[in-house]
Amino acid sequence: MEELIRSLIGDSILVYVLMAALPLVFVLLYALVTLYMEMKVSAHIQDRLAYMYTGWHGVLQPVADILKLIQKEDTIPTAANKPLFIIAPYLVFIGTYAGFAAIPFSSMYVGSNINIGALYIIAVSSIVVVGILMAGWASNNKWSLFGAMRSAAQLVSYEIPSALAILVAVMITGSMNLQEINQFQDGGIQNWLAFGGPLPIAKKLLLMPFTLTTFFILFVASLAEVNRTPFDLPEAESELVQGFNTEYSGMKFAIFYVAEYANMFLVSGVAATLFLGGWTSPFGSFMSGPVWGVFWFVAKGMVFVFLQIWLRWTLPRLRVDQLMYASWKVMMPFLFVCILAVGLILSL
Amino acid sequence: MGPQHPSTHGVLRLEVVLDGEIVVEVIPHMGYLHRCFEKHSEHMTNYQQVIPYADRMDYLASMNNDWGYALAVERLLKIEVPPRVEYIRVIMAELQRIASHLIAIGTYGIDMGAFTPFLWCFRDRERILDLFEMTCGARLLYNYIWVGGLSHDIPPGFVDKAKAFCKYFLPNVKELNGLLTFNQIFIKRTANIGVLPADVAINYACSGPMLRGSGVNFDLRRDDPYGIYDKFQWEVQVGRGEMGAVGDCWDRYIVRVREMEQSIKIIEQALASIPEGDVQSAVPKRIRPETGEMYIRTESPRGELGFYVISDGSTSPYRVKARSPAFVNLSVMPEISRGCMIADLVAIIGSVDIVLGEVDR
Amino acid sequence: MTPQEIHDSLKATFGDAIADAKLDTPQPWIAIAANRTKDICFFLRETPSLQFDYLMCLSSVDNKDGRLGVVYHLYSMTHKNKIVLKVFCMRDNPHVQSVSAVWGTAEWHEREAYDMMGIIFDEHPDLRRILTPDDWEGHPLRKDYKVPEFYQGIKVPY
Repeated sequence: MEELIRSLIGDSILVYVLMAALPLVFVLLYALVTLYMEMKVSAHIQDRLAYMYTGWHGVLQPVADILKLIQKEDTIPTAANKPLFIIAPYLVFIGTYAGFAAIPFSSMYVGSNINIGALYIIAVSSIVVVGILMAGWASNNKWSLFGAMRSAAQLVSYEIPSALAILVAVMITGSMNLQEINQFQDGGIQNWLAFGGPLPIAKKLLLMPFTLTTFFILFVASLAEVNRTPFDLPEAESELVQGFNTEYSGMKFAIFYVAEYANMFLVSGVAATLFLGGWTSPFGSFMSGPVWGVFWFVAKGMVFVFLQIWLRWTLPRLRVDQLMYASWKVMMPFLFVCILAVGLILSL
Repeated sequence: MGPQHPSTHGVLRLEVVLDGEIVVEVIPHMGYLHRCFEKHSEHMTNYQQVIPYADRMDYLASMNNDWGYALAVERLLKIEVPPRVEYIRVIMAELQRIASHLIAIGTYGIDMGAFTPFLWCFRDRERILDLFEMTCGARLLYNYIWVGGLSHDIPPGFVDKAKAFCKYFLPNVKELNGLLTFNQIFIKRTANIGVLPADVAINYACSGPMLRGSGVNFDLRRDDPYGIYDKFQWEVQVGRGEMGAVGDCWDRYIVRVREMEQSIKIIEQALASIPEGDVQSAVPKRIRPETGEMYIRTESPRGELGFYVISDGSTSPYRVKARSPAFVNLSVMPEISRGCMIADLVAIIGSVDIVLGEVDR
Repeated sequence: MTPQEIHDSLKATFGDAIADAKLDTPQPWIAIAANRTKDICFFLRETPSLQFDYLMCLSSVDNKDGRLGVVYHLYSMTHKNKIVLKVFCMRDNPHVQSVSAVWGTAEWHEREAYDMMGIIFDEHPDLRRILTPDDWEGHPLRKDYKVPEFYQGIKVPY
């Protein structure tokens, strides 16, 4: 992709800017689609129709929502800490968007083909915690502070199961470079890491229960990373009004919103890349190629996004201590066992 | 937790003393919705004029409010109502009980973070409100049960529609159970929370699902009967501590769910045998009871709704005191919520099922 | 136990703290002294043959003959029995002994009676207004109550 752009424009800084801006275009389009999807999926789960009049079956409603948010008055509480208040949403978005740099969208496009892709994503998504804490503190509102503190505790606790699950995938492939992990899984659905990877059948069958468990735990931990129900304590709370979001309105709120959706796709994309083959086609060489790769990757990501939306509208939420219990006393022991087992099996 | 808050079910201000996330003390402040029901009823020129005010006390269970007050005045006047009126009153009260419990269950789900049961409950409640609208034209505040009778007779088609509703509703309760009641996360959030021992419940005069959830087998419709409830067969639902201690939030919640099923039973039995008659025949033209007083209690969805009416021989009441169940049930909340977390406090308030219109009157 | 028996048993124990009674109405009542309510109610709650452990309602009444009254409606869960107690106190010195030590529910009922009628309950743990704002003046349910003109700068009647 980089060479393609270079051949069009010549060798300048603009090439890199364009490379970095491509996922942004994708994120904004995807946000519109996901807004619509959330609206309609939630409505049909709740036995009602959502907007039906803005466009055919409400298709233009996300556009209307974005327009409304952009032209809203941006209030800042008088007693709030102004610099922190203003920076916080952008920090959350930066933390999320920076992760998009390392995810391969197809065999030809990856924002930055670094050797430590997996580690980079884990590290960079922690900036989100700082952003949320800033939002909660700067709002000068006791409910926001509660939400922010809970959120910080939750995000930090659930990064550990995510990282351990990613470690399992890295162990099987032997590389942290996400593009290489994807190429490792090329060739069809039987080569996907969730089903054991492209290893001899005996090792595969031994590995499969552990990789499936790890995949499942990665998905649940990623639900906690993006603050979605059943882990949505920090926001959309019936106890905390709106959590750390309470005092935000207008464009800043829109940035938080888009950042949350982008985060949803980021963790879905990571799960898809590591365990479901990323841009590889499940049929082997049929329907595969650089452009088909984008289609498969986005499709897999959207399946997880849909799953996240579905779960949000079905399950109640966990209490703070139950959430911590789930992370530290349930997920981590399981993952330790998986890591041990995978390591043992791989060395056989 | 100030007056405006998504989960205090109205304008209730709770002063919560916290130690981190643990609640040390809860002091409720109410009165934000005080509308001087008792003072108004003393200035009415007619006993019938108090009925719309009684409607607005517990606005989610208006039929039961009306019936309680009408019953008190009828006993003062020593008049009997025709059997048709009695049957229709029972049907309306039980339908209203289902509607009120649906709201309690739906909003409890929202407090816990499950958004979908709320909409399913309201979808079913719409059917009940359609039935009410068919009969008296109003969806929430009816002014329907008058002293001595009813304001309108049930229209043709009501009985069939009500029977269709009963058939439609029971599978929905099962669906609701699958989604919310037996969901592990919901059970973790509500079991062993806010345990109310039976003797504390009786000392604090709790009533309704709060009392029955603590294992006390007491229901005014069976133990202090009024109307024609003694003609119907149904079971009184009692909390048995299936998921945790007896008297926790889950017990109170499951009592409400099961009571809805029992109400359907009562409605079906009543619908099968409504006698003919004129619903307005016993409504007195002039209500002038002799000097005396009467305290009548009825089972409203929230508990024991009592009306203490004192008459001084004139056409307007001398004193009407409304003993509201939500007011009394709320008084035990500070006792049972010491030592829990904020999230549990929300669960406990939701399980008390308060309506601020009734707490403040 | 019938109301007559309850009356006799109370009279035997408390003598002249029991005033007159009206036992031939559908809801018979017994009048008791305002300064002995707690002892009488403890007796009613603890005696095995009476066991009135449920306070259904506690109302305040403004009788027009210069007296304020408190009416207690009691119920026994074990014997399924009801009785009504009445207490009268003078309008200009309305003191009644509190029963919140006997039944926990009386605490809020008595606060409401104080708020609405101005009856002061001695030995009450926390006697303050409950339905009206804390700095409201006057007791609304009294028959001679005049609505105040202004409350904190807001015009009250409109």
